[in-house]
Amino acid sequence: MRVSQVTLLHEYMSRSAAAHPEKTALVFKKQRFTWGEVEAQVGRIANALKVLGLARGDRVALHLDNSPELALGLFAAMAADGIFVVVNAQTKTDKLAYVLNDCRARVLITDRILESNYTPALAEAKHLEHALIVDLGDGATKVGTVTCHDYATTIAAASPEWPAAKRIPSDLAAIIYTSGSTGDPKGVMLTHHNMVSAAESITTYLENKPDDIVLCVLPLSFDYGLYQWLMVNQFGGTLVLEQSFNYPAAILKVIETEKVTGLPVVPTIASILRQWEEKGARLENIRYVTNTAAALSLTHIETLKRLCPNARLFSMYGLTECKRVCYLPPSLLDKKPLSVGVPMPNMEVFVVGPDGKELPPDEVGELVVRGPHVMRGYWEKPEITAEWLKPSPHIPNEMWLWTGDQFKRDADGHLYFVGRKDDIIKTRGEKVAPKEVENAVYAMPGVQDAAVVGQRDDVLGQAIRVFLVLTEGTTYTAKDVIQYCQSRLEPFMVPKYVTFVSSVPKTPSGRITKKNIWDHSIGARVGGDEL
Amino acid sequence: MSETETREKIRTMILDSFLNGGAPTTLKDDISLERSHIVDSVKTLELIMFLEETYGFTVDNDDAVPENFDTVNAIVAYVERKRGA
Repeated sequence: MRVSQVTLLHEYMSRSAAAHPEKTALVFKKQRFTWGEVEAQVGRIANALKVLGLARGDRVALHLDNSPELALGLFAAMAADGIFVVVNAQTKTDKLAYVLNDCRARVLITDRILESNYTPALAEAKHLEHALIVDLGDGATKVGTVTCHDYATTIAAASPEWPAAKRIPSDLAAIIYTSGSTGDPKGVMLTHHNMVSAAESITTYLENKPDDIVLCVLPLSFDYGLYQWLMVNQFGGTLVLEQSFNYPAAILKVIETEKVTGLPVVPTIASILRQWEEKGARLENIRYVTNTAAALSLTHIETLKRLCPNARLFSMYGLTECKRVCYLPPSLLDKKPLSVGVPMPNMEVFVVGPDGKELPPDEVGELVVRGPHVMRGYWEKPEITAEWLKPSPHIPNEMWLWTGDQFKRDADGHLYFVGRKDDIIKTRGEKVAPKEVENAVYAMPGVQDAAVVGQRDDVLGQAIRVFLVLTEGTTYTAKDVIQYCQSRLEPFMVPKYVTFVSSVPKTPSGRITKKNIWDHSIGARVGGDEL
Repeated sequence: MSETETREKIRTMILDSFLNGGAPTTLKDDISLERSHIVDSVKTLELIMFLEETYGFTVDNDDAVPENFDTVNAIVAYVERKRGA
């Protein structure tokens, strides 16, 4: 285990800048920034936030696509003693307004290209005072009570010197919103200590070095994407940031020209890479490939091994509430390809039965996690927090994370993910609460019952299917439903399949039950996608 | 088919399939489809399949880059090049 002198997350950046100011820190399309440049730019943004009145512990929301503004803005929020909250740029107005109000954000950093989305949200944001808007142009304007400022003009005037930090490691660094089974997103509270601990553990087992060049096509709003940047700051490497994986051919070219050594993927990306591998593409410089979010199939594993012949492949498992739980050492990949391995350094896990007692090998129970990376709870949701964080039976005031994930251990102690206790769907590497999709569908006039389930899908991991019962006289096509969902939900939440049924199974008390929904629907299907 | 007709066909497809049948003014021909979240990876593939079916050519993997597909203008130019080839 390496010993770090860093106690606040953003100090990683100043440490890397002090060590090698001229080295490339961040590459985004045609823009390149050295460590010295990112540090100075973060100082300017932080001072601009201070001028706008940001106080210790205030929330700064960043509604941006992957970009230098996002990567540097979240560090600036910390350097100005604030807490950063990244909101996916694909998030629609209603949810953006919900998040801004839920965390009571004081400042929003966003981009004018998202104007049609954020403008109505600004009007609803009760606590927001300022918005820093990329490409807004000259002059401050007002939307409701929010003053909007042009990003570039505002920060150009500010000093590059970082303000003196007033925070300590047990202060919150970030709130990361995650889909909740009740339908409302929950803000996962993470301290500097939580995030520094997680970054140290992960870079230890990946054996990251300052000459690592990491590609990130995953959104920084997703903790797997976010940590690529945080970890590059930790070991002083280089991050090659891309907005998306929409154009695989262009990304493969970037991997070659930038000599990328670290490639984080989710199964959907592995699946897309397969056709390039089959045509003979080889990425010789890649030293390691990581996968999380859902297990890789054996076919994906073979594809990645051939595509990246010099890479070690890490299968991993984690959840936002504690960042990462475990990883499979690459040496075990051939022997135990379906295992997610061993707990990462610095933490401990248990597989327990309903009575909380640890189970013997091969028995399935709930995974419980303890360690310095376990979240402090859900922002202002003490009741849900109490379901997830429960006191240690041994150490006063230590909270253990009850993950809701079903796991087992083999006789060697290696871990296997079995399934979820709740009905959360994992698709394209993102968690989706069926309730959130159902809430959107119920807003369509004439929808009587809606039941959303996940089904196995080779590309997406799980695909979303909605079973719908319409009121008499209502007619929709599957396309109508999908288009409606597209206007209200992030793309990964939009159902892939829509099946119309005459009824859905219900409990005696009238609650929809999804247990027998497939069998039931064979007889009840009246239209839409085949089963 | 003229360039104007090609442009109209592509705009109609994007408006109908990706913008809920939105008004023509909601789609500018020089705006980045990716940055404005009109397309994602799945929709990019749908768009490419639409072009292949409509115009009867194949889009090589190496051609599937933002330079050819990120704006309506770029798509029109790409289609015209392919049809002229």
